[in-house]
Amino acid sequence: MKTNRIAEYGLLTALALVLAYVESQIPAFWAVPGMKLGLTNLVVLTALYRQGERGAFAINLVRIVLTAFTFGSMSAMLYSLAGGILSFVIMVLCRRSGRFSIAGVSIAGGVAHNAGQILVAMFVLETARLIYYLPILMISGTAAGFVVGLIGIGVLKRLPRSLSSE
Amino acid sequence: MKRADIILAAVILAAAFLFLGGRQFTRTEGNTVVVTVDGKETARFALDREVDVQLDGAGGVNRLVIHDGLAEVTDADCPDRLCVKESSIRYSGETIVCLPHKLVVRIESDEMPEVDGVAK
Repeated sequence: MKTNRIAEYGLLTALALVLAYVESQIPAFWAVPGMKLGLTNLVVLTALYRQGERGAFAINLVRIVLTAFTFGSMSAMLYSLAGGILSFVIMVLCRRSGRFSIAGVSIAGGVAHNAGQILVAMFVLETARLIYYLPILMISGTAAGFVVGLIGIGVLKRLPRSLSSE
Repeated sequence: MKRADIILAAVILAAAFLFLGGRQFTRTEGNTVVVTVDGKETARFALDREVDVQLDGAGGVNRLVIHDGLAEVTDADCPDRLCVKESSIRYSGETIVCLPHKLVVRIESDEMPEVDGVAK
C-alpha cells in the first residue's frame, strides 16, 4: 500500500515535469507576460481529488522547485511559488466549500495563479501599474482554467481508483 | 459543471471587462516615456521625439524605439523576449515589462491632466 502511494506520487510529479516541458515549448502566442495554459495544474488538480490536500501540496511544491531547476531560473521560481501557492490555497478552499465542480475549482486556481504572479511582479519591479495586466490575465486565466478543468474531469473519470494492478 | 462554476466564471469575466472598459473611457494621451530598472528611473524621453536607444536593464539590454508617438521594445537579449512581443504603447499608464531585466517602460503625461471641457 505504502509503495503504491510512493509510486503514484512519483508518477504524478514526473507527469507535472513533462507537462511543464511541453508548455515551455509552446511559443507565446499572445504578448502578455504571465499568460499561459497552465497544463501542469492538471496534475495538481488531479492530485487534490485523489491524494488529498497534503499530498497535492507536496507534489505541487516538488514540481515547482524541480521545474525551476530544470527549465527556469531562480527568479522564475519566485513567481511560480507565489502563483502556485496562492492558487493551491484558493483551490483547496473552493473544493472544501463543496459548491464547485472540478471545472470551477480549476478556474479559481487559474485566476489566482495569475493574480499571485502579478503581486510578486508588483513588489519586485516596484511598479503598482502592473495591476493593469490583471483584467486580461483574469480572462485568460478563466479560459485556461476551464479547459484544464474539463480535461481534469475526464482524467479523474478514467483513472482507476488505485494505479496498482490488484 | 455546477451552477456555482458558471456564476464564478461570470463574476470574474464581468469584473475583468468592467476594469478594461473603465480604462478605455478614462485613458489619456501620454507625452513622456519613462524607463525604470528595479523600480528606479533610469531614462526619460518625450513621446513626440524619434528615439532608438539601447537600455541597460538588470543583466541585459533592451532596445527602445519611439516613432510616430508610439513607444515599443524592438529587441532584447532576455530569454523569453515577451517585451518584444508586447504591443506598442501611447496612452498614459500603459507599460511594457521585461521581467528578466526588471525593466519597465511606461507612458506618463507630464503636465496636469486637462480639465474636462464639459465639466467646466
